[in-house]
Amino acid sequence: MDRLTDLWLYLAASPLLWLTLTLIVFMFALWLNRLAKGSPLLHPVLVSMAIIISILTLTGISYNQYFEGAQFVHFLLGPATVALAVPLYDHLAKVREIMALLLVTCVSGALVAAMSAAGVALLMGSMPETVMSIMPKSVTSPIAMGISEKIGGYPSLTSGLVLITGTLGCFVAPPLFRLMNIEDHKIRGFVLGVSSHGIGTALAFEISALAGAFAGLAIGMTGVVSAILIPLMARMLS
Amino acid sequence: MLGGFVILLGCQLIGELLVRSLDLPFPSPVVGMILLLIGLMIYGEVPEGLRVVAEGLLRHLSLLFVPAGVGLMVHFKLIQADWLSIALALLISSVLTIVIAALVMGRMMSKDGEGKHGSAD
Repeated sequence: MDRLTDLWLYLAASPLLWLTLTLIVFMFALWLNRLAKGSPLLHPVLVSMAIIISILTLTGISYNQYFEGAQFVHFLLGPATVALAVPLYDHLAKVREIMALLLVTCVSGALVAAMSAAGVALLMGSMPETVMSIMPKSVTSPIAMGISEKIGGYPSLTSGLVLITGTLGCFVAPPLFRLMNIEDHKIRGFVLGVSSHGIGTALAFEISALAGAFAGLAIGMTGVVSAILIPLMARMLS
Repeated sequence: MLGGFVILLGCQLIGELLVRSLDLPFPSPVVGMILLLIGLMIYGEVPEGLRVVAEGLLRHLSLLFVPAGVGLMVHFKLIQADWLSIALALLISSVLTIVIAALVMGRMMSKDGEGKHGSAD
């Protein structure tokens, strides 16, 4: 019994256990999501978060201890953000002719997303840190977390809110499109990307490849536009 | 492939240096992404090694959010205090964003494409 405890103490303190756990839990969550036919309710990231948080809470492991191992995965977010330039470049030629139109859509979408979220949170009397963490919620996580850190929010809170926003968008967008008579797949895709980043893009690819390409483009554009606009808005707010 | 990874890290590093030295308000990976995009536009194509690494990273993009997402557990108190305002803010903002972005883009496309308009089904 003592040896088991010793072994557990040793493993719990090593980064290897938490890195491996992160990968295994994520693979399980992917499998579960495929089983549920890609339902946004069982998004692999949400499921993984829930499982890992439960394990850590039950075993009394602190987030810092977990992060010792998980940081190796987390670090790759930086290079992955830089890598978004590749699909952006691939689509650049195709969308050049309607670039101005996309830019206007993207700027208005990014402004409405950040201002309405901050506005509602302020009206409801949220704490300033919460407001700052909410503002980048429509931006793809790696960029959203960078913005959140920059303006005084909690990046980890933001990343959770980003995921919830993405899932919400997948629920409300289809009925809204029907209500507004939006048939064009370019519009459906781009709007999904603007409001719900990567999770919306996954849904857009289910509509059509054209919608998916425009959603992917919207992720990158909204990210860059928001990275410029949100810190300015945050400065005005505080 | 190694070269592709070096390109990504190099862009991020230059981005970091620019953000620190010029005190820019953007996250440094975003600056790195813009640098890489400009580089690709000048170079004219995506080098094979870079494409392999970039697409590999982006295919597993959602995995990379998990460690930070688990960090939500640190904010349980804050979420408990603000959960209603967070939920309302996310819901109202999502609906508004979708409606306004779709309106703007729809209006501009129908004005743009009078004549050459074709719906994409």
